[in-house]
This record gives sequence, C-alpha cells and structure tokens, in this order.
Amino acid sequence: MEIPRHWRLNRQRYGLIGEVCPHCEVKIFPPRDICPACGQEAKTSFAFSGRGEVFSFTKIYEAPTGFDETAPYTVALVKLEEGPLVTAQLTDLGETRPEIGMPVEMVTRKLRQDGDERGMLIYGYKFRPVVQA
Amino acid sequence: MIMTDIIVAGIGQTSVGEHWDESLRSLAVQAIQAAIKNSGGLQPQALYVGNMLGAILSRQTHLGALLADYGGLTGIEAETVEAGGASGGAALRQGYLAVASGLVDVALVVGVEKFTDVIGPDLEAALATLTDADFESVHGLTLTAQAALLAGRYLHENHVPTDGLAGFALTAHSNGAGNKNAMFRKAIALDLYQKAEPICDPLNIFDVAPNADGAAALVLTRRELLPKDFPHPVVRLAASSIASDTLALAERSDPVWFTAAQASVEHAIQKAGIHREQVDLFEYYDAFSIFAALTLEAAGYAKRGEGWKLARDGFIALTGQLPCATLGGLKARGNPGGATGVYQAIDAVAQLRGQAGVNQITGARYALIQCLGGPASIAVTHILERLT
Repeated sequence: MEIPRHWRLNRQRYGLIGEVCPHCEVKIFPPRDICPACGQEAKTSFAFSGRGEVFSFTKIYEAPTGFDETAPYTVALVKLEEGPLVTAQLTDLGETRPEIGMPVEMVTRKLRQDGDERGMLIYGYKFRPVVQA
Repeated sequence: MIMTDIIVAGIGQTSVGEHWDESLRSLAVQAIQAAIKNSGGLQPQALYVGNMLGAILSRQTHLGALLADYGGLTGIEAETVEAGGASGGAALRQGYLAVASGLVDVALVVGVEKFTDVIGPDLEAALATLTDADFESVHGLTLTAQAALLAGRYLHENHVPTDGLAGFALTAHSNGAGNKNAMFRKAIALDLYQKAEPICDPLNIFDVAPNADGAAALVLTRRELLPKDFPHPVVRLAASSIASDTLALAERSDPVWFTAAQASVEHAIQKAGIHREQVDLFEYYDAFSIFAALTLEAAGYAKRGEGWKLARDGFIALTGQLPCATLGGLKARGNPGGATGVYQAIDAVAQLRGQAGVNQITGARYALIQCLGGPASIAVTHILERLT
C-alpha cells in the first residue's frame, strides 16, 4: 500500500487545484511552483472549474495491472477552459462516441485499486460529457 | 574541448526477438564480447550500461557491477544510464564524454533489455512507469495510448487520411527483410496495414514497434589509440547532443511538436558542421509511426503536419533522398528498450563501413541517429561520419 503517495495529491485528485502565476497570470496544472511560461515563482493556489473540451482521445484495450478489470476504457487529453491540458479518463459515455472538441466536465470516480490484497481504492478526476439541465 | 576524433572502433549485437533461453546478463555478455572482438581487442576502462526496465522486468538493478563482472572486466568503472527509451543513446553519450574528456581511453557502451520474462498487464504497468506516475499512469495511460493521443490529434489537425501513417511500417518491414538480426524479416503490403484492427485508435498493430529482447555494444576510443592493423573503415562520432522536454505530454503548450527532437538535431548538425541535406541516412525512433512523422518535421525534413508524406512518397526509402530505418528501424528490427539507441549506432556504423549488405546505402558518409524517451521527453542525437 502506498497511502501517503496518493494522500498528498488529494487537492489535485478531488479538487483539481493547481496554481496561477502572480507574474504572468498563466493557470498551471498540476502545481509545480515555478511558472512554465515565465519561469518565475508561482505558488498561488487556483481551483479549476472542471470544464473543458476533448483535445484528443483513445481507447485502451491492453491495460496495466490495476486497470485490466475495467478495460476497455477511454483516456483523453482534456483542454481545460482556463488553458492547461490534463490527462484523464472519459466516463459516463453511454452511447456517446467521443470526438475532438466535445465539451466535458470533471467528476470524481474510482481510478484504480491499489495492487495488494487489502485493496486501497484510489479516487480522482475523470471527465464526462457535459450534462444539460 | 575535444582535440581528437572519437572513433566507434567495435560493434556487437545479439539478434532482436523472444530469447526465452537467454537472460539479461547473458544477452549483454554476448554483445560485449562481440564488440571487443570487432574492435581488434581493445580493452575497456569503463562500462556504461543503457537499460530502462531491468529493475522491474528482471528484478535486477546495479547492472554496472553485474555486467562488468560477467563480461570479464571486473574492476573497471561501471554504471547504468537511464533515460527511458533513450537509455541506449544516453549511455553512448556518456561513453563519448568519457573518452572525449581524456579521462578514459577506451569506453564500452552496452544497451540491454530483457522484455519477455513479463507479459500482459504487468508488462503494460512496467512500461507505464516511463510516463508521469502522479498525473498520467494513475489514470490508466499506457505508452501506446500516449502515442495514440498524439496520433489522433495529428491526424485531426492535418487532415491526414486514416492510412496516412502506413508508409512508416511499410518502409521498416521492407528494410528489415535485409537484416539478419531483425525480428521481422518480411515486407508487408499496404492492404495488410489497412485491414489491421486498431489496438489503440487510431494506431493499429503496424504503427507500434514490438518490444523484444536484445543487447548491443560499442567500443569507443580516440583515433590515435586505434590498433595499427585496425581492419575497418574508420567511423567517428561527429556530434552528440541531448535535449529534454516535459515528461507528461499534457504539460506541453504544443503537444504535436517534438521540441526536444528539434533542439538536439539542430545542435548536432551545427556541431558536426554540416547541412541537413548532407545526411545520407537517418535512423529515427519509430517506436510508434507517429513518432517518425513528428521527428522528420522536428529535424527539418518536412513542414509541420507533412512528415507523413515523406513515408508515403518514398523520400525515406532506401532509394529515396533520406533513407530511414535502413535496417528495419524499431518497427521491423524490434524495440529492445534501453538497447535501442545502441542498435541504431550499430546500424549507422554498418552503413558507414560499407557492411550493410543488401541494404547498403552507396557511399554513405554521414549518418544521423536519434532515440527518444517517451514522446521526445528526452531526445538523444548523434551524427556519425566515415573518415577517409
């Protein structure tokens, strides 16, 4: 079990918390404390809206250990509306065929079961097609 | 400041494939012995091992000591160099730096990977450790899926037909037929590619180089230290360059451009003092067909979005303007992980020495080789030159 390794990423996994650069205002995910755009210190927390669109996607049939029971599944690069790309699974697709440009929103789902018998469940963000009211 | 030429004096390799009866160490030792013999018996003072997954797939780290010992070289300097899929190229660079510095007279570089002891989901999990653990593989991303995400976007942005990347596999398999060490030695036809099922849409099985076992070794020295009766045409390392990019694909402002591949090629070409049109052959890193397309663009041989056309139009064929994957590339030779960059150097030396058999590029003088870790998260580029 690797509890601390996942616990310390709770803010990212559950809240999509990144950073905003106080110098050039670029939004950053995941947080890295140094702005990739201007190279200056960037430690100001920023909560992303969780809204974005599909930048690219594919379906995985040959999955790694911990994911093989849920294969096939779809992973995507999602372009968040604030700018950054994020890697995540698409979920709740139903009969919807994903396509580039499709609007999506963040939800919290089970990502995988940790390797050993006691089976810690790891939760985090996935993205689903935007649900209309 | 390098005052002399760094020569690739010896080359040695095992065939690439499913070596059930060989271990990580036995493969490496075969390549080491062959390379030392090929060099005319030069005695190495340092060993640089390129390997990426021995810790997981063979449950074996500390390869420097192990392979120096089993290679009959107990006592010499020995360590492992890891840079993902570019580990072999990175180990070559360490050997180059050591010999160029003057601190080491003869360096041995060995790339080795033993894949086939692990199969299925555990192998996928091992390969996924080469991506970002916290923000990629935890979401179930695999190496193949990472390439598929790139390919999907590339085809979309550039309006490439669904079989637009086929030319890379066709070229590789055609060339692999002439390489006795290649895993696949048979040309394939376009319709076979077109009929193949997608394994990670839009990539099909012919877009993905097979992971396989293999070891390859090089002996490097300075020109004045070559044996007097050295039996081969002399090939030098004219340039060596490494560049890096973000590990995670998502963290790039422009994912469908290989920035590190571009930087390392430009630097190498400048160091070698040549123009890219003088390059006689290019051993690129076709672990995935999309990588080959993006590499040709990054290296300046095609405009953005048009690299795939060089495969379609025969530009990269043995008879084309820039022959690529001349002995099968990763796709047909097989992709032996951390050994791949060393195999590429051996392919280049074979071409420049005039020892490439039916795949020989007539009169080849300059060879460009590049291996990548991930989607060009690391790019290692070398230029080799036949001296006259």
